Amino acid sequence: MQRHNDTIAAISTAPGESAIGIIKLSGKRSLAILRSIFHSPSGSPLKRFRSHQLYYGHIIDESGSPIDEVLAVYMRAPKTYTREDVVEIHCHGGTSALQQVLQTVLDRGARPAEPGEFTLLAFLNGRIDLTQAEAVMDVIQAKTHRSLISASDQLGGRLGRTIGEFKNRLIRLTAHLETYIDFPEEEIPRFDFESFYNQATSLACEIETLIETYNKGRILREGATVAIIGRPNVGKSSLLNMLLAEERAIVTDIPGTTRDTIEENISVDGLPIRLIDTAGIRQSHNLAESEGVRRSREAMKKAELVLLVLDKSMPLHNSDLELLDLLNSSKALIVLNKTDLPGAFSLACSGLQLTHVEVSALHNKGTADLKSAIRSLIIKENSTTEGTTITRIRHKTSLKKTLQCLYAFIDGLKQDSEPPEILSLDLREALEGLDNILGVTTADDILNVIFKDFCIGK
Amino acid sequence: MYFCDLEYDVVVIGAGHAGCEAALAAARMDMKTVVFSINIDSIGQMSCNPAIGGLAKGHLVKEIDALGGQMGITADLSGIQFKTLNMSKGPAVWSLRSQSDRVVYKNVMKTTLENQPGLDIKQEEVVNLLIDKGVVSGVESNLGVRYRAKAVIITTGTFLNGLIHIGLKNMPGGRAGEFPSVGLSECLSSLGFKVGRLKTGTPPRIDSKSIDFSQLEVQSGDSEPDMFSLLSSGPVLPQLNCYRTYTNEQTHEIIRANLDRSPLYCGKINGIGPRYCPSIEDKVVRFSDKPRHQVFLEPEGLDTTEYYANGISTSLPFDVQVSLVQSIPGLQKAKIMRPGYAIEYDFVDPIGLKPSLETKNVSGLYFAGQINGTSGYEEAASQGLIAGINASLMVKGMKPLVLKRSEAYIGVLIDDLVTRGTEEPYRMFTSRAEYRLVLRQDNAWERLTPHGIRIGLVSGEREKIYYNLLGEVDTALKYLKNTRVTTKEGVRFVTEDLIQPGSSLHQVLKRPGITMRDIIERYQSELKFSRESMKRVEIKVKYEGYVARQMQAVDRFNSMEHKIIPEDFDYSALSGLSNEVRDKLKKVKPRSIGQAGRIPGVTPAAVSILLIALEKRRFF
Repeated sequence: MQRHNDTIAAISTAPGESAIGIIKLSGKRSLAILRSIFHSPSGSPLKRFRSHQLYYGHIIDESGSPIDEVLAVYMRAPKTYTREDVVEIHCHGGTSALQQVLQTVLDRGARPAEPGEFTLLAFLNGRIDLTQAEAVMDVIQAKTHRSLISASDQLGGRLGRTIGEFKNRLIRLTAHLETYIDFPEEEIPRFDFESFYNQATSLACEIETLIETYNKGRILREGATVAIIGRPNVGKSSLLNMLLAEERAIVTDIPGTTRDTIEENISVDGLPIRLIDTAGIRQSHNLAESEGVRRSREAMKKAELVLLVLDKSMPLHNSDLELLDLLNSSKALIVLNKTDLPGAFSLACSGLQLTHVEVSALHNKGTADLKSAIRSLIIKENSTTEGTTITRIRHKTSLKKTLQCLYAFIDGLKQDSEPPEILSLDLREALEGLDNILGVTTADDILNVIFKDFCIGK
Repeated sequence: MYFCDLEYDVVVIGAGHAGCEAALAAARMDMKTVVFSINIDSIGQMSCNPAIGGLAKGHLVKEIDALGGQMGITADLSGIQFKTLNMSKGPAVWSLRSQSDRVVYKNVMKTTLENQPGLDIKQEEVVNLLIDKGVVSGVESNLGVRYRAKAVIITTGTFLNGLIHIGLKNMPGGRAGEFPSVGLSECLSSLGFKVGRLKTGTPPRIDSKSIDFSQLEVQSGDSEPDMFSLLSSGPVLPQLNCYRTYTNEQTHEIIRANLDRSPLYCGKINGIGPRYCPSIEDKVVRFSDKPRHQVFLEPEGLDTTEYYANGISTSLPFDVQVSLVQSIPGLQKAKIMRPGYAIEYDFVDPIGLKPSLETKNVSGLYFAGQINGTSGYEEAASQGLIAGINASLMVKGMKPLVLKRSEAYIGVLIDDLVTRGTEEPYRMFTSRAEYRLVLRQDNAWERLTPHGIRIGLVSGEREKIYYNLLGEVDTALKYLKNTRVTTKEGVRFVTEDLIQPGSSLHQVLKRPGITMRDIIERYQSELKFSRESMKRVEIKVKYEGYVARQMQAVDRFNSMEHKIIPEDFDYSALSGLSNEVRDKLKKVKPRSIGQAGRIPGVTPAAVSILLIALEKRRFF
């Protein structure tokens, strides 16, 4: 149990779409972390947080730009759920902003909470009474059974095999190193720097690749964000409505009548999609185009897929070309709208290599084509070839720990002055990271393991 | 039935390395103690190689010494070569090994026992334990004499149903030339202890007059050797060399051709042997592509011509032993004085023990040494010492001494045994210790002597040395921290880079390549510290950063070790555990949550359930 030092964090609202999402932190560093990432509306960090008081402001990323507009509250121990210092950050609902804020919190030194860990803390710190304690016991025990199933699901499968194989290689590397320590008088081959170096770097490389699948895995599980961009009046809102199959946005012929960025959720054959309509340009006429580009850029940053809507009945406009320039071919789909009207240009002639679909949003034509194009692009882009992906932030954090230790080991090797018992320290810590995933840790972190599939941050 | 009038506090059965430590520790803790040996001429006998220490084992000996045990002193007094292994690596894995004069070792040990006030020595074979309602009350010898006792420590080594194999011939024996102990093994089985079978072996001993030393590589000891005991200042006996030679294809051919006469390869031996100390037959069969194997020739003593041929432990028939030895360079004309042999013996599953080494079945009964499935003098002595200490503490009504894994190799050893049991003869390695950087030879005194003082095993001279050293190290560290480099242009030590004025000597010493000696040479007039304290200060300063890193892990470890599970904890009442896990917990009866987590097969999930249940118990 590391928690006498650790500060833990997790999203404590139910997954899926909701108006707000809450990130909860517990532990000594909660306030320090909040201070380092929270800016008041004036744009400066807030010096003093009064306990149990709600503050309005922004969470900022490393570069100082805002991630989300939030309400934050600091609750000083012991009058909190866990009896430790607690911080709650109320963000906008929806996974991408929440995930980003959580990542920022983790980057500042918090550790992802094991599912159920907040409740566990509350219990261990004497915050919960007998009845509640019994209830916790019940859930934990139910969990023991359930986690066996989920463990065999997840870890008996491909992921378990992949990480198990990493572990075997790491154990082997450690064992080889230990040989030099415990058997100095045996005739063993000379310490082969290159072999250690090569084994460690190739392992590190594979672990890194697996870590990178995290986002992709998450998209498949939690859904992708799709941004709709296009110059005014090409029919973005109509397209949104077509996909929503309901009149949600106001549709007029007057450019810029969409009031704000609109976000809506749809399901494309079971794949959750969050649509962002970027319209709502209310700047003066001559600034409008560049403002449109700026907004499109913003939306594209958040999105896993961009739909660029072009009015096929009009010749390509300069601002169309400007937007086309922004696109990255792998994550863009061109939607040629207004195909009920005579066409005014041909994509083939423009020399573009992008996938496109033709629709008539007004007449609800081409919906099926559009949906299937969206789905196949997202799935194609987010499925890895060998199929092993990680989807849990706990797995990602553990693998990252292993990776860092492995890099420390490689650095130590390169320095050529680190004695083997110190190099071994890095390898053993690397192993601990994988132990966290495979659940075979003996002495360390034992309290945490079974609670992993418990309700997060009650 | 004759009852001896004397009632003992502590009875020790066996006077090998475990028995000697147990008996001495108990007597030194003011227990009225008796030690039984089948043959009191073999008290402290080194039945295998004539060496003490080596990787991780050197650590054990220094720990035994720090607690007030005897092995280090005896090894120092009988040492004819001292060598610190792994000097090219960091100080955590430096390990001292000595060659001993076998006869001197034994004599020093026997004399020490004989002169220990409060300790009786008896040549009788204990054949039965007297047990009253689950509590040990005494022992009965083969002469029909009964002795009453408050605590009994069994340290019978390989003597329980010992069976010696040389070729296809076998004979009962505890060691070559000595009787085994048969009755006691049956007694233990009937008391419900799980008895298993292990195997170990020794190589042939060769007459030095028949060795051509000119063909051998010389292996000399250190010129300024380290000593095991803080009480020793240097070797007292003349120092000798060891020698190295190698087997070759011809040797291997001889072995292969005679495997049908090897008791190991024709099913005569059922006991499990140690993988880390295989017989030469095993080496040749399992590593058939290796063109040669090392053979170390170690002198058995100053007044003997016997040499121990370390590396060719074997149970092949005598004629094969002769030809395989004679195929080795330098040994072409070698005469074997004693043949190598394999020995099978009973051991008791150590899971039946508490971390104090008291048995769970019978209170007041302790097991220590090879009977618990370990191998090695140092492992045996460590357990003997702890059993002797804990039997005495029990008689005094005090809490047992249980060393943590983060505190001592002895702690790692005993925790492994009582938590995981063992399938093969258990030997210590530094890689078994999670907190290796903290468990060094150089700080064994600092880690363990305070325990020794507290329990009353360390007093007098040793206690004085401890406090002196503590004071010197402290003064030296303060001096290093408070003394700054003042020379205007900085100071150039042995290394090229300039030391900036204002740096403390502590910072200077941290730099690679700079030693305490360099600092002393420059600041000669100001520093007056013993070699012992300087050595320790240098390691402390240089290793500081790494140790700090490891201490974080130690803190995490301790938080689980300190969650104690009461002995009467009822696992049956705990729902949510699988039957397999429940059985394991019931069997091992872990002392702490930390230990529970180390039991093989006990999942982290089960540990969590246990922890919750324990917390609940604390509340109500």
